[in-house]
Amino acid sequence: MTLQLFYFLSFLAVLSALMVVVSKNPVHSVLYLILTFFAIAGHYILMNAQFLAAVHIIVYAGAIMVLFLYVIMMLNLNTEVEPHKSKLLKIAATFAGGLLMVVMVGVIRQASETVPLNPTDTQMGLIKNLGKVLYTDFMLPFELSSILLLAAMVGSVMIGKKEIK
Amino acid sequence: MLSPALLFTIILIIVVFLISLVVAMYSTYGERKVAAFMQDRLGPNRAGPFGILQPMADGVKMFMKEEIIPQDSNKWLFILGPSIAMLTACMASAVIPWGKGLTIDGQFYSLQITDVNIGILYIFGVVSIGVYGIMIGGWASNNKYSLLGALRASSQMISYEIAMGLSIIALVMMTGTLSVREITEQQAGGHWNALYQPLGFLIFLICAFAETNRTPFDLPECETELVGGYHTEYSSMKLGFYLFAEYINMFISSAVISTLYFGGYNMPFIERFVSDPNLVSIIGTLFFFGKIFFFIFFFMWIRWTIPRFRYDQLMNLGWKVLLPLSILNIFLTGIVMWLMGKVN
Repeated sequence: MTLQLFYFLSFLAVLSALMVVVSKNPVHSVLYLILTFFAIAGHYILMNAQFLAAVHIIVYAGAIMVLFLYVIMMLNLNTEVEPHKSKLLKIAATFAGGLLMVVMVGVIRQASETVPLNPTDTQMGLIKNLGKVLYTDFMLPFELSSILLLAAMVGSVMIGKKEIK
Repeated sequence: MLSPALLFTIILIIVVFLISLVVAMYSTYGERKVAAFMQDRLGPNRAGPFGILQPMADGVKMFMKEEIIPQDSNKWLFILGPSIAMLTACMASAVIPWGKGLTIDGQFYSLQITDVNIGILYIFGVVSIGVYGIMIGGWASNNKYSLLGALRASSQMISYEIAMGLSIIALVMMTGTLSVREITEQQAGGHWNALYQPLGFLIFLICAFAETNRTPFDLPECETELVGGYHTEYSSMKLGFYLFAEYINMFISSAVISTLYFGGYNMPFIERFVSDPNLVSIIGTLFFFGKIFFFIFFFMWIRWTIPRFRYDQLMNLGWKVLLPLSILNIFLTGIVMWLMGKVN
């Protein structure tokens, strides 16, 4: 059952991710991206990471993608107004994307040789354990990332201001 | 053959689904009666005694109307909009504990469909994807008024979600759990969270009004400016589903408010009079529904009393009043917990 679910979710994730790139209408792209996020959240639940799945849905599908959709609807982009890019740029983009894929495949090949720490621990992703690990073992990276987020927030408020005195 | 536990869960899902639909149906009737009472009118009184069959008549009317899909609209997304609105409205009921539980043949069955350990986050996630129904519908209609309504809805919901989440954080700090059932159990014996978290409760209540698009926050469908808002182009039952989803949302948010802040199914002093646990549980469920109906009435009461905000007032209230207040609430909760020695 879990295996079938895994294959279904993977299929859904890959298919909708492809559709994000292929579809001509930007609004459709965003909707497919939301579907991809849901499929990935399903994967998190399969890995017993319920908290991660819930936060993934709330933050990505519930907030960030709504803002994406908001902006795209406001701009009212469609195929007629889209500027056509030159052939050279398209070839360069394909080449760069291919290189990125080579790097990714290389990383994943390396990663498969590592052994999972607790393969049988089904309680690992529960919020209690996650909180304990975050606030003891990974205290410094956790705090540093919060400073990073704060800096980003201050920056966006500054950019959003109408005039800087 | 299904195991009894699974069978019970399936029956519970169907019952909860039907109850949400019936309550939402009769909320439309209740709304008209409450409005009539407040404006010194009679309200619907033609279909059946006291107009009690009015929701059926409305439903039949909705189904019989001609169904129009605008020529230049996006057909699939046009249908997807109300479907998502209905789906997300019904989904949140899965983690609400409707009662303590029943003991049948010595086996205990919980009156909650599933007790996930992140119940509050689940409700929050479902609420946050609920906005897509309105956004997709409003955009797919290919109508400027619909689009404006959809944009208003999305910016309003995102703004108020933040204050709502922060008000829940103070509650979670106090109770120490994200499971909805555990929060309810901790409130047994009249220790309602609303007494310990008055500010948090007030913020949550205001945000609940904004999230369900009820007056004074009904700018997305504000008919004096936007014709009908995001559902201008909708007709027949697709319009019906949008309106219906609003009433289901109202029912679910009333249930969430009573669970988180007003003790859920706990009824004080009931153990002194009734000893049978099954009977206690059933009376508790009825008491819970009493609270839900009070909050549904409260939603209507506000609607027919207070006029709607202007758009800039709405944004100011969300970002400059509710957000700082909810952060202040978190600080106060932390300080009080520290003074009482609950944190080391």
